[in-house]
Amino acid sequence: MTTLSPTSAPAPRAGRATPASGTRTTGRARRSWTEHGLVFVAPFLVVYALFLIWPLVSGLGMSFTDVDITGVGGEFVGLDNYAEAFGDPAVWASLWNTVWFTLLSTVPLVVVGLVLALLANELRVVQWLWRIGWFAPFLLPSGVVCMLFLYMIYPSGFGLADQLLASVGLEPGIGWLTDERYAMLSIVVTTVWWTVGFNFLLYLSALQAIPPHLYEAAELDGASAWRRLWHITLPLLNRTTGLLLVLQVLASLKIFDQVYLLTGGGPDDSTRPILQYVYQQGFTGYRIGYASAVSYIFFALILLVSLVQPVLARRRRAEEAAK
Amino acid sequence: MSTATTTHTGGASGRRPRLTPGRTALLVVALLLVAAWLLPLVWAVATSLKPEGETTKTPLEWIGSKITFEAYAKVWESGDLLQWTVNSLFVSVITTLLTVVLCAMAAYGFIRTDFRGRRLLYGLVLAGIMVPPQVLIAPLFTEMVQLGLVDTYWGVILPQVAAPAMVFILVKFFDGVPRELEEAAFVDGAGRWRVFWTIVMPLSRPVLAAVAIFTFISTWNNFLWPFLVTTDPNGMTLPVGLVNVQSSFGVRYAQIMASLVIAGLPLLVVFMLFQRQIVRGIAHTGLAGQ
Repeated sequence: MTTLSPTSAPAPRAGRATPASGTRTTGRARRSWTEHGLVFVAPFLVVYALFLIWPLVSGLGMSFTDVDITGVGGEFVGLDNYAEAFGDPAVWASLWNTVWFTLLSTVPLVVVGLVLALLANELRVVQWLWRIGWFAPFLLPSGVVCMLFLYMIYPSGFGLADQLLASVGLEPGIGWLTDERYAMLSIVVTTVWWTVGFNFLLYLSALQAIPPHLYEAAELDGASAWRRLWHITLPLLNRTTGLLLVLQVLASLKIFDQVYLLTGGGPDDSTRPILQYVYQQGFTGYRIGYASAVSYIFFALILLVSLVQPVLARRRRAEEAAK
Repeated sequence: MSTATTTHTGGASGRRPRLTPGRTALLVVALLLVAAWLLPLVWAVATSLKPEGETTKTPLEWIGSKITFEAYAKVWESGDLLQWTVNSLFVSVITTLLTVVLCAMAAYGFIRTDFRGRRLLYGLVLAGIMVPPQVLIAPLFTEMVQLGLVDTYWGVILPQVAAPAMVFILVKFFDGVPRELEEAAFVDGAGRWRVFWTIVMPLSRPVLAAVAIFTFISTWNNFLWPFLVTTDPNGMTLPVGLVNVQSSFGVRYAQIMASLVIAGLPLLVVFMLFQRQIVRGIAHTGLAGQ
């Protein structure tokens, strides 16, 4: 396509004193419309507008109507859906289940991820084994993970969990998924097994980025491994931990798959998360308007948590500046 | 937000640590933990290789009277699993390609060109990172009904392509690419498109791979959206079809486990082959990409 041979003139690069900050190069080539920046951005923006912005806006609109699943018709009902949602005990119960799962799962997911990463980083041998063992489950679809755990813990008596308990002399036949005392716990354990590998990897890569010379001085001073961990490693991981905590809380709040596939929300709706309630209202009850309103209440919760992160980061920066 | 991912060899060659008592203890703990994590997987494989009559025996036997692939043959013959694997592959590959190309183009447009409204539009894209797709299921489904995209590949694919976090990751990367290379090409008369495809994209291979890996894994494993938007068993992706078919297996545990192994295996094999790249990709996109 190039018609000008570069040998015909000495490259005029030096002549261009300022590398035009706006990058609007005033070269020889006549700029056609295809060179316009909008053309680069447009394809993404079309998809983004159609499948993110539009549903976000139309969902808000629908939350003020009693529209059904076809999306046509529907009367404007003002704030009725929101009023109903705030008075709906099932909304509060499923919001609480969601928060309860988040509280139960976040700490083990972050702490176990950190411990596994510290082990792998300290041992420094057979790295592939740690990666496969702890990270591989993360690559399984939720359906596979949940079916696997379902048949490990559900069939009373001969499931793997009961068999292992029996082999150490404990009473088998626990209702892992049917007893309110254990159902949520089983979901948490399944989730930790499944996704802790992600946090493990992020911690491991943060650990491997710590320059070794930071430890050499401490070693010369004769600091014990324990002291090095507390005074060098963990403080350096603060930023990663902060980010992971927020990400983990956000991920845990969006729980749906594991509950839906393991307990279906039971027993007695005691594990049903808010997303499953949205699903039931909208997709099996056909009340899209009401489901949208509940979604927006959930969205508000998510936004609140997302906004915590920048605030924390700013405070930390301020603290560091004050030192 | 980006993490340093330079040293992934772990420096094992530098000073291979001696086996002190403390380290031996750590090694034992780590091995026990790996065993605990692998136990469910081993159990699934072991059960899938048993004759169907022996799967519910107590006390537990890890290996049945003989090792048989009967369950696999039965599951495969039913045909659905193959169809779902093909569906999953198609959906994941197209989603990944579209995401990489559209997000890279958009990122380049936002960071290297100037046009009216650029800042505003970029701000709008960044704000989208805070919107979890799960919040949109109700209105998005209604939209799919109206567009006639329910039970189509595009209905599954398109909503997953709109990934503002990936644009953000690529903008950050392109910002670090030295402009001199591009400037030189402009002077030689190359247009913006040529520069983008022949200079910027090849230079960005690592970050593009990271975005591709992340997108592929999350699309391959996505459950909620494909579950909502497909009702026809022939159009289901692997995770959705698998869940849908469980009831028809009844209590044939060997077949259930065989289907789980078949469904889980592809990504695990890919992971074994490309461990380094995948680990680096996850670490690179992980913090910004959720």
